[in-house]
Amino acid sequence: MTEINIVKDAVKKHGRKRESLMPVLQEIVKQENYLSEERLMEIAKEFDLSSAEVYGVATFYSFLPVKPMGENVIKVCQTIVCDMKGKEAVLDAIKDKLNIVPGQTSADGKFSLMAVNCIGQCSNAPAMLVNDKPYINLTYENVVKIIDEYQS
Amino acid sequence: MPEMVNLKINDISVSVEAGSTILDAAKKANIKIPTLCHHEDLCIAGNCRVCVVEQKGVNALKASCATPAEENMEIFTNTNKVREARKTIIGLLLSEHNNDCLHCYKNGNCELQSMAKDYLVDSDKYISILKNYEIDRSSPSIIKDDSKCIRCQRCVRTCAELQDVNALAVSGKGSEMKISTFMEKPMDYVVCTNCGQCVTHCPTGALVEKNYIDEVWDVLNDPSKHVVVQTAPAVRVGLGEAVGLDAGKSYTGKMVTALKMLGFDAVFDTNFSADLTILEEGTELLTRLKDKIENKKDVALPQFTSCSPGWIKYIEHEFPDILDYLSTCKSPQQMLGPLAKTYYAKSMGIDPKDMVVVSIMPCTAKKFEANRPEMYSSGYKDVDYVITTREFGRMIQQAGIDFETLKDSECDSILGKHTGAGVIFGATGGVMEAALRTAYEIITGREVPFSNLEVTPVRGLEGVKEATIKIEGCKAEWKFLENVELKVAVAHGLSNARPLAAQVQNGESPYHFIEIMACPGGCIAGGGQPMPVNNNIRKKRTEAIYNEDESLQLRKSHENPEVKRIYEDFLEKPLGHKSHELLHTTYTKRKKY
Repeated sequence: MTEINIVKDAVKKHGRKRESLMPVLQEIVKQENYLSEERLMEIAKEFDLSSAEVYGVATFYSFLPVKPMGENVIKVCQTIVCDMKGKEAVLDAIKDKLNIVPGQTSADGKFSLMAVNCIGQCSNAPAMLVNDKPYINLTYENVVKIIDEYQS
Repeated sequence: MPEMVNLKINDISVSVEAGSTILDAAKKANIKIPTLCHHEDLCIAGNCRVCVVEQKGVNALKASCATPAEENMEIFTNTNKVREARKTIIGLLLSEHNNDCLHCYKNGNCELQSMAKDYLVDSDKYISILKNYEIDRSSPSIIKDDSKCIRCQRCVRTCAELQDVNALAVSGKGSEMKISTFMEKPMDYVVCTNCGQCVTHCPTGALVEKNYIDEVWDVLNDPSKHVVVQTAPAVRVGLGEAVGLDAGKSYTGKMVTALKMLGFDAVFDTNFSADLTILEEGTELLTRLKDKIENKKDVALPQFTSCSPGWIKYIEHEFPDILDYLSTCKSPQQMLGPLAKTYYAKSMGIDPKDMVVVSIMPCTAKKFEANRPEMYSSGYKDVDYVITTREFGRMIQQAGIDFETLKDSECDSILGKHTGAGVIFGATGGVMEAALRTAYEIITGREVPFSNLEVTPVRGLEGVKEATIKIEGCKAEWKFLENVELKVAVAHGLSNARPLAAQVQNGESPYHFIEIMACPGGCIAGGGQPMPVNNNIRKKRTEAIYNEDESLQLRKSHENPEVKRIYEDFLEKPLGHKSHELLHTTYTKRKKY
């Protein structure tokens, strides 16, 4: 029964008012990497919201995935500055190394790639996050190296 | 006196209550501003921007539906800047819209289409970025086609505000934003009640009823089939609008003529089975009261009405622990079906396997109800096809019938006679009023103590209505009810039903009998009625219903001669063995999440 407690514990920690929904969703993603159908339903029950509404909230945010994620989650910024400063090269490097495009998970389940909106690194564009650790001033070459580190 | 705000719209001075929007003020000045996301039943969204207007001295255009009118404002609704902006907005909406209007179910009754017509949007200005969406046809009641959705969110607000169901929500963002069910599950899987209010509030063809027009034509053209039809009380007050006439008139006689012209072998009336419902449901209530008060038994009270299939599915999902409180009576539609296939079939010497029961309903949830596994008590599917008032209107048009000039005719016997009590089933409070007219008379032998039988406290569009009736001068067998204050409540719109159901769940309900209709206003504004719908139209249809009741000689269900006859010939007595077999049902616990 420990599994059910993940949601209950998060609710205990953050409360069950409407404004606590986001922290609870974040907490589950932190622990399980994504929001499964079961978790979304449990959360809806705890908050007495419809499960469609909880799903709607989760899908608004890139950081609240509702699909299973790989062990490492790469979030490449797709917003305008990163786009102008060479986001495509970053995606190319990832494609060449891992054979995935945004929205996909590598066949071995080690990496998921997401294109996300601004991560606040415009002055150091292009930028990406790997498991929430920021990497900045990216080029094709240094992205290859970063992925090598995670693969080793 | 409310505080007033004075402003000018297109140089016309207008004065509105503080807090009114520019759109309200324009309406008062008889100036039409186009809207899409706005609906007077719903909260302000301000997301489509098509209602933009120009304010003198202000550069940016304002969404008139979401901007409060202010003192001395000078608003212009028809400048070049405004027209160009609207044209751009409509053009952009169309660039994401499935523009196959000629094959669309809403062709001719689409707010986006009519706006495109008014504003002459260039076809080649924007490239189409329509995505490939899969049409959800899983529900027996509602079809959801995202390719026609303009994301105005009227459906989402309807499902949340009017119905408190929240089966639909906004998912994603930006260009990925869409209207979703939970995890994009099919409509027949989620908590949708099939009420169809999203359908009547959708400005385009994104949400429409699943239509069975061709199936009905097929059986009408099959000489081996004996096809009978029943029409719900509210259909006759909505049908006029469906064939292009004004709201507010009842067309029972013309409707029956039209049905005969379409080729139905027998025309019955759901009003008949509404009267029958009162006998069954009223007796059920009195039995529960007797068990509780006289026999001190632990029975489920208050009793909830069970006529509205949207309400039934709602309570099954949301309050599965209090299903015992529902009357076990089937809805009038589902009472008439098995009687046609048993009693009527036998009396006519027709094999029920060759009989088809079609019902015409103001409702989309009735389509689901007819498909419930419990609804085979005649040994066959009790009601074969359910079509809405809108589908019926379309059949009349396809048949080339000039509805307005039709002569009146009467329903066939023996499932066709009705009283005024059956008619008022179509409006919120009507089932309660009909039940009180009969129950009070059964108990006391006297008419219900309201002038002209009008139980006014349960009438009208207030969300929750209550009445208390003191029972005095009981007949001997009902002595236990002497001086009892019968407390009743009526709610329409599922968001108004929730608090009453919650009270029951918490054991705090002060009532004996509660009527719930899923749709705001009751069946007269059901999910299968003509569009548009608003409170003005609800009032007109309601008035037509009560006028019909008043015009009838018989206004109490127990006085219906055909109801009396069916008990003598066939059913024996209310809640008798045959009734239980054919007219009562069971409910299913469903998941809330």
